[in-house]
Parts: sequence; C-alpha cells; structure tokens
Amino acid sequence: MKKIGKVFTRFWAILREIGYRYRYMWQRLGLALVTLFFTTIISFFLVRNIPGDVILSYAQELAIQRGITIEEAMRLAVQILNYDPEANIFVQFFEYLGGLLRGNLGSSMYVLDVTVVRVIRQTLPWTLFVASIALILSFLIGTWLGTRLAWRRKGAEEIAVSSYIVVSNSIPDYLFGLLLLYVFAYTYPIFPTNGNYDIMTDPGINLPFIGSVLYHAALPILALVFTQVGNWALMMKGSAVGVLGEDYINAAKARGIPDRIIVKKYLKKNAMLPLITSLAISFAYLFGGSTLMETIFNYPGIGQQFASYIGRLDYPMIQGILFFISSVVIFVNLIADSIYSLVDPRVRRDA
Amino acid sequence: MKRRMTFRQWSANNPFISAFLHNKKAIVGLGIMVFFVVVAIFGPLIFPYSPEIDYANYLAKPSWQHPLGTDGLGRDVFRQLIAGTNDVLLVAVLTATITISIGVTLGLVSGLVGGFVDRLIMLIVNVFLTIPSLPVFLILAALFTVNDPLSFALILSIFNWAGLTRAIRSQIISLRERDFIQICKVMDMSTIHIIFKELMPNVGSYILINFILVMKNAITGSVGIMFLGLAAFEPTNWGAILITAKDFGALFIPAARIWLLAPIACIFSFQFGIILLSSGLDEALNPRLRKA
Repeated sequence: MKKIGKVFTRFWAILREIGYRYRYMWQRLGLALVTLFFTTIISFFLVRNIPGDVILSYAQELAIQRGITIEEAMRLAVQILNYDPEANIFVQFFEYLGGLLRGNLGSSMYVLDVTVVRVIRQTLPWTLFVASIALILSFLIGTWLGTRLAWRRKGAEEIAVSSYIVVSNSIPDYLFGLLLLYVFAYTYPIFPTNGNYDIMTDPGINLPFIGSVLYHAALPILALVFTQVGNWALMMKGSAVGVLGEDYINAAKARGIPDRIIVKKYLKKNAMLPLITSLAISFAYLFGGSTLMETIFNYPGIGQQFASYIGRLDYPMIQGILFFISSVVIFVNLIADSIYSLVDPRVRRDA
Repeated sequence: MKRRMTFRQWSANNPFISAFLHNKKAIVGLGIMVFFVVVAIFGPLIFPYSPEIDYANYLAKPSWQHPLGTDGLGRDVFRQLIAGTNDVLLVAVLTATITISIGVTLGLVSGLVGGFVDRLIMLIVNVFLTIPSLPVFLILAALFTVNDPLSFALILSIFNWAGLTRAIRSQIISLRERDFIQICKVMDMSTIHIIFKELMPNVGSYILINFILVMKNAITGSVGIMFLGLAAFEPTNWGAILITAKDFGALFIPAARIWLLAPIACIFSFQFGIILLSSGLDEALNPRLRKA
C-alpha cells in the first residue's frame, strides 16, 4: 500500500514538474483553444442569419433532383446543411460542434454537392504555396537589409533603403498587385492575367508544370514581397541595433574576429530570434489577406473562393472557410510561440 | 509686464515644437495631410460634382474642362475624386478616434487595476489578435449594410484596438513603478490626477503616432472592402471609383488609364503623407531617436 502511494507521489511530482517546466506552452495552448472556441461561436452565429426560405428552396431542388417527397427532402436538407431552423439554439450549436468534430465543415446552400472540405482540398495548396514563398523571400531579403542598415548606420545606402521602406509602406499590397497586373499582364503581356497553371501542361513533378506554376504565381508573390520586405527590414534593424549594444559583440570585436563573421554568427542569429513570432503574424496576414490579392489576380486559391462565396452570401460556405482560415492561423501562432519558447529560454522564465 | 513672445521665440523654447519644425519628414507629411483636408473641405465648393451621366462624352481625354478626363459614363474623374476625399478622410478619422478611445481606455484600466480585470482584458486582446482580421471585416461588411462612414468606421475598429491596448498596457505598467507615480501615490493624489497629469503626457506621443497609423490601416481596409464591392457606399469613394473602373474593363482600355490610376495615386499620396508624418513625429517626440 505504502509502495503504491510512493509511486503515485513520484508520478505526481513528475507531472507537476512537466506542467511547471512547460507552463508557458500550456498557457499558449489554452489560449489557442479559447480563441478557437470564440471563432466557432462567431462562425456559428453567422449561419443563424440564413433566411428560412433558402432551406425550403434547397429542399425543393433536392426533391426534384432525387425524385423524393418534399418532407423527405426537407429532412435531408436539414441533414446536409447540418442546420435546423426550428431547433433550439443550444441544440443547433451542439449539432454544429458535432459536425465540426466529424470533419463536416458545411456545404453550399445554392449548389448541390459542393462542400467546404472539397473546396479547401482544391484551393488550399495554391494559397499555401504563394503565401509561404512570399513569406520566406521577404523574410530573407528583409533581414539581410535590416542587418546591413544596423551595421552601417549612415550613408547613401541607408537613405535609399529608408526611402524604399516609406514608399513600399504607402501603397496597400493589393493596389500594388493591381498596378503590377496592369503593367505586366495587360499593357505589356509578359505574365498571365489569371489561373494557377497552364492547362496544356500535365500536373505532377515535371519541369513544364513547375515552370508554369511559378510563372503564374510570379506577380502575386512579387506584390507581396515588395510590400513585406520593408517591415522585416525595419523590425530587423530595431532588433539588430539592440544586439549591437550587447557585451558579446564588443568582446568579439576585441578578440579580433573579422566583421563578416561577427555579422553572420553573432549579430544576425541573435537579432533574428525575436522575429520568429512575427513570422506567424506575417503568415496570418498573408494567409488571411489572400482574399484581396487572389481576387485581383484571379488566382484560384482559398481567398478567391472565400470572396466569391461572400459575394453570393452562401452562409455555410463562408462559415466553413472562415472557421478553417482562423484555425490555420491560430495553429501557426501556437507553433511559432512554442518554437520561440524552445529557442529562447528567457521567455519560459518570464511567463 | 509679460513680454509678448513671437512664434519663433515660442517655438525655439518648446523642445517638441522646435524638434518638429526641424524635421523635414514631419513638415512634408503634415503638408500633404493638410492639403487633403483642405481639398475635402473646400474642394466640393469650388468643383461641385454632378453625377449626371453623359454618354456622348465617355472616357474623354484630359482637357481644361475635365482635368483628369471622364469615366465610363462621362462623369468628371477629377471632381469625383474631390467629392470622395471627404468620405475617405471621415472614415479614417472616425476609425482612428474609436480605436484609440477603446485601446487607451482598456490599456489604462488593464495596466492600472491589474489582477483579474487585467487578465480578462488581456485574454480578449489575445483572442482578437489571433483571429485573422480581413476575412471577418469582409463578412461584417457583407452582412450589415454599410452605407455611412460611422458604421464603416465601427467595423474597421473592431480589429484595430487589440494591439494598441496591449502596447498601452505595457507602457502603463512600466510607468506605474517609476518614482514620480509612486510619489503621487504617497501624496495621496487622485487617480484622475495621476492618469491625466502624470501618465497621459508620457504616453501622449505614442497615442498621437498610433492615431495617424490607424488612419492608414483604416484607408487600406476600407478601400479593400470597397474594392471587393461589399459595401453599398457613395460611388465617389476612392475605392468605389477604382472598382467601377476595373469592372468597366479599364485594365484593357488604354483610354481609361487615368481613370484607373488616379484613385491609386490619391491613396498612395495620402498614405505617403501619413507615414512621413508619423515617422517624423516619432523622431521629434522620441528622445532616443532625436538627433542631437
């Protein structure tokens, strides 16, 4: 009996130790869950705006298509849309939650057999492709510029880069995209005006297909990179100036370590650390902001679909896509926070 | 007897004003913004806009009568832009006012009261910071009929206040422990005095700069919503001109070039002014950045 008690105490101590050591991560996880719950509530209340007669006309369409009575079609419609206008609000909410847990994000109420899951499966890869390439490129260029700015404070380079930052910040990214489209796709038809790849190529891992994908994504990526680089450069400059004041930089200089290595190994690596969480914020911005950019370039990603469903007021589709976009963003934020706390132990101690 | 001070002497004595006047960026930025305000107020009086349709005169080239040509329905583009300035500015200023009021109030409460209230406010802030804003803007704009600047501003404010609240809170918390606030507390001064006489002057510059930056976000957001055609708003709003031009096919038609590019140029120059002013103010007000 005593032995079991001892084992239990040991076990409890280990559990407490884990809970304590990773308390920052637990907090973040809890926050992510709360945010996800809020998003669910927001998207749930959206669907309560559905006018009742929409369900009726949906049922009528079903009845005609499948040759069943209108009562049966009504029941089927409630089942497919996972929304019963006559049920109690709490029952509706739990039905909705149950649907989400079963992976049923909803289906279109105007077009039969179009579901959120299918739309996501078709369009998500394209949005992820554009957003991640733009994020990586702008991060690399921006941090490089920011380090240079912090290392050499005065001179023509600083003026040029600061002017670029002001100018690129002054134009919303989608308007810059529109300008690019106007100049390089319509006035001088170098790049395509819509689509994500040439239908003449064969989707798969082959050179013509990859080339055509890059060719179609070039303008949206360029527009995003142009407007994002300035922010990264500013953030990196601020962070690097702080690092330059640290003792270990002076110590490295005193030891006669070449400048090139100081910048690369001491300055850049340490200054990049705080930018990890900004990566998640920037990704969220690019991913959530894909709506405008993809609409302008007629790029068939998730954002363009989202905008078109909003335009048609197809509530279940809007609800499902909003829920999906938000969960991706919440998840990415959680990952970034966790990575940051692993890389930089100071965060864990402060929590 | 008190001697009258000239503006020059007064500005030389006030460190902030003199730093501001010596900052070229801030002066240029302020100039651009004042120009747009003047256009918004007096422009419609000098160049009244009439929405009359004149098919015979569509896509006219720039002339003395129509300095920027006409749009696809024969209406003057220059006068449309002037008529739209008012709405764009109004939405921006209203959004900034609402956002700043919410952000500063919650940030102050959160930082000063602390404890449970602080944790609750921070939880809400974190939730709002994580939910992606643009999709929610679009949905709100599509669900509620947005037809006046105030409701537009309310929708845009929903997601702007959270970051500001967090920043104000952290500033208040760092100020709260400083000596001059502690002395006030020991001297039993009222909370009202501490907030308005001690804390506000210290965070004032930060609030001012953020006011300007929120205006920029509001313009980007409102034009974006207009651009997707989700707001039933005046057809003279810059974003609305842009979307009308794009839907008309201005991308294909060389004659419609100015119609398409003019609103973009307006948005660009206004935001350019905002950024210059805010970074100039930052340099003038922030002692760390002030050039000796």
